[in-house]
Amino acid sequence: MEKWYLMTAVVLLGLTVRWTVSLNSYSGAGKPPMFGDYEAQRHWQEITFNLPIKQWYFNSSDNNLQYWGLDYPPLTAYHSLLCAYVAQFINPDWIALHSSRGYESQAHKLFMRATVLIADLLIYIPAVVLHCCCLKEISTKKKIANALCILLYPGLILIDYGHFQIMYNSVSLGLALWGVLGVSCDWDLLGSLAFCLAVNYKQMELYHSLPFFCFLLGKCFKKGLKGKGFVLFVKLAGTVVASFTLCWLPFFTERAQALQVLRRLFPVDRGLFEDKVANIWCSVSVFLKIKDILPHHVQIIVSFCLTLLSLLPACVKLTLQPSPKGFRFTLVSCALSFFLFSFQVHEKSILLVSLPVCLVLSEIPFMSTWFLLVSTFSMLPLLLKDDLLMPSVVTTMAFFIACATSFSIFEKTSEEELRLKSFSVSVRKHLPRFTFLPRIIQHLFIISVITMVLLTLMTVTLDPPQKLPDLFSVLVSSVSCLNFLFFLVYFNIIVMWDSKDGRNQKKIH
Amino acid sequence: MRIKWVECAALSVMAALSVMTGGGSWFLALALGVTLLKCLLIPTYHSTDFEVHRNWLAITHSLPISQWYYEATSEWTLDYPPFFAWFEYALSHVAKYFDQEMLNVHNLNYSSSRTLLFQRFSVIFTDALFVYAVHECCKCVDGKKACKELTEKPKFILSVLLLWNFGLLIVDHIHFQYNGFLFGLMLLSIARLFQKRHMEGAFLFAVLLHFKHIYLYVAPAYGIYLLRSYCFTANKPEPAASSLFPTLPFQEGPLSCILGSKLLGCVQCFGQSALRHRLLSVGKAGDASIFLILSTTGHYSLFPLLFTAPELPIKILLMLLFTIYSISSLKTLFRKEKPLFNWMETFYLLGLGPLEVFCEFVFPFTSWKLKYPFIPLLLTSVYCAVGITYAWFKLYVSVFTDPPVGKTKKQ
Repeated sequence: MEKWYLMTAVVLLGLTVRWTVSLNSYSGAGKPPMFGDYEAQRHWQEITFNLPIKQWYFNSSDNNLQYWGLDYPPLTAYHSLLCAYVAQFINPDWIALHSSRGYESQAHKLFMRATVLIADLLIYIPAVVLHCCCLKEISTKKKIANALCILLYPGLILIDYGHFQIMYNSVSLGLALWGVLGVSCDWDLLGSLAFCLAVNYKQMELYHSLPFFCFLLGKCFKKGLKGKGFVLFVKLAGTVVASFTLCWLPFFTERAQALQVLRRLFPVDRGLFEDKVANIWCSVSVFLKIKDILPHHVQIIVSFCLTLLSLLPACVKLTLQPSPKGFRFTLVSCALSFFLFSFQVHEKSILLVSLPVCLVLSEIPFMSTWFLLVSTFSMLPLLLKDDLLMPSVVTTMAFFIACATSFSIFEKTSEEELRLKSFSVSVRKHLPRFTFLPRIIQHLFIISVITMVLLTLMTVTLDPPQKLPDLFSVLVSSVSCLNFLFFLVYFNIIVMWDSKDGRNQKKIH
Repeated sequence: MRIKWVECAALSVMAALSVMTGGGSWFLALALGVTLLKCLLIPTYHSTDFEVHRNWLAITHSLPISQWYYEATSEWTLDYPPFFAWFEYALSHVAKYFDQEMLNVHNLNYSSSRTLLFQRFSVIFTDALFVYAVHECCKCVDGKKACKELTEKPKFILSVLLLWNFGLLIVDHIHFQYNGFLFGLMLLSIARLFQKRHMEGAFLFAVLLHFKHIYLYVAPAYGIYLLRSYCFTANKPEPAASSLFPTLPFQEGPLSCILGSKLLGCVQCFGQSALRHRLLSVGKAGDASIFLILSTTGHYSLFPLLFTAPELPIKILLMLLFTIYSISSLKTLFRKEKPLFNWMETFYLLGLGPLEVFCEFVFPFTSWKLKYPFIPLLLTSVYCAVGITYAWFKLYVSVFTDPPVGKTKKQ
């Protein structure tokens, strides 16, 4: 592409920001006996390198599952093994069985950070660049600006490079992104292979699985169930089965193996939620202790039903009218439904919603920027726990400036630019005076931003009252939850009311 | 983590400024963007210069003026002119709100987290003068034709090359120095000269000399330029005066002479001197080529300053970022003229890559590392010296052989 040098500059800038953030402390630094996610990472390298595959997911004298037992799918384990081989080459002490527990050193920290950067560079960043280059009806300058904004998204940087996440989110999100790209460009088999790998890397990617399934199913229907469509369906099924088999092959030797892995991946015993997270269950439990009122199995059923109900309309629509644009918006609404209503959701899972939102940044810049800011804010308690105030504020401001300058977001708040035209037109058939939607949204934005800024200031300067030590984290998660509910409604409106006018809408860039 | 109101205030100011960029000002976005990057560099390695400035804060704050240049508890005695001492004195009054202990002369090598924060913030904050000076310089640069494309406007390219200058980022915000605001003073004085406000330009330069005497290197250039264009101008018939300066290349303007004398003077500060040639480079293709050789080589020569492992990716990434951008953007700007580099120059510049790989990744694992640890430094210095000397020759040749530009350098 022309102006390739600007794209290169953007990638280099993204890498620089990632590395400088990684110079800060990591989760659990210097905090024995459990340390944090960083130690979990190192421990998995130790386990996968020293023990045979059969023992990776089982409790044994060599592998104490209570001390950061493996609870991600096999691909994560293979990746840890690969890193372990490199670690062995540099310094065997880093992964020596038992004796390397809690190992901390400058050189080791550099090694671990470098593994994240390399994984990011090989998988996530090329996917982002390719996505931006493939955007249609946009100038080169806007494509590069788009790449800049996506690469500066604070949430992913802070989690992967600041709070050293359990497993490289950039790998699973990158693979999912390759999947989206493949499927949107009609390379369905490659796309589904990439997505299967993503799911086999982190089971949370299942949040994205329904839209993938519906979109591909919709494509098969369109091609005709009795002809090409059926062939495509069979091929896709084959690809999925083959990729899963390949990843799980060492665990299919015994039935107990596969079941144990599944038990580790889906810990249904752990309850509706842990810690403070910006979803419905945590927010409602401020007033109503659901965990105590409902028995365990009822909690699972209620959560399942609500999740299904909230995502069903969009998925059905996608199956009946498959389109790449609808696919991306359905990814957002589906992942958001899972985040808000599902079981055992962690704060970091908001990244699964942020990725598809990054993909629609060029279409609805104002709302996407707003959402991505809220998503970073929702992780504030986690980031503060890891002493990441400065990098959080700096990266958030950088992201905001990049989006504001690239997309002139404050000028793009008309009905049409918010993709709410068809919805407003439908509503105006019953309420002719319904013209104030953009103004409401603008006011909501201002209120939201002011609340987030105030809460941030309060959290960092004040001490919570004695009786309510969790006051600020609860406030943060509740406010974020309210925002997310609003976005859930908004994105569902876009999905449901879009399409018919999609071709008639002017491209506003 | 409990932070004080000073940090809140600083972050709030930046937040307010970032809201203003919603209006679409690209210059403000560039300035804020690099400022945020500087904030991310706060936890990086810093050299002994950090202790030097802490010591000067302590000296100027705790002792009477009569003692400032005699105090020698620390080995890093005050060796900059008085204005810089006053500058440190002013800073010390802000420093006391961060950490009173750093102002104690006997607290050698004191570097609490609040001290670090204050020092880093002081460099970032004083860079505001540099930003303002760049803004003024951009006013003096006009595009040859109205470019609709923002990224191809000379103003934009100049702003990026100056604001995001690799040398300044590395030396000021990692190694730790206050060159940003000093360069700001110099750029401002040059801008004033461009704007025919000679008295102001001269005054600013005189002030600058009292901050850091190293700028004496360019004093001859200033002196002669001011004599030629302000005291003895073409409008005033002074045949005796003009015959005094028949062959000196100073008709070209303040920049060529500054370039020349700077190159003559300073062997080690090449990376910093390349800063001054930005203004030249957006004017003519030949100058752009010289600037690129000079800046790339100069920047690479700064690499040995950052020898710690965590900073290695930063210096490589930023160097690549700056070099790729500067070469490509200037190539695009001058694409209608002859290519910027001949094969020899291209080969030389590309050679920096293998040199870095050898010095940083191969040499440490060889047996020579113990016997001859200075080899990477030697190779770097010699290789860079070749490039810089070559650029100097090229500049002098171009200044003598190019036709006089006339009164102004604007195009």
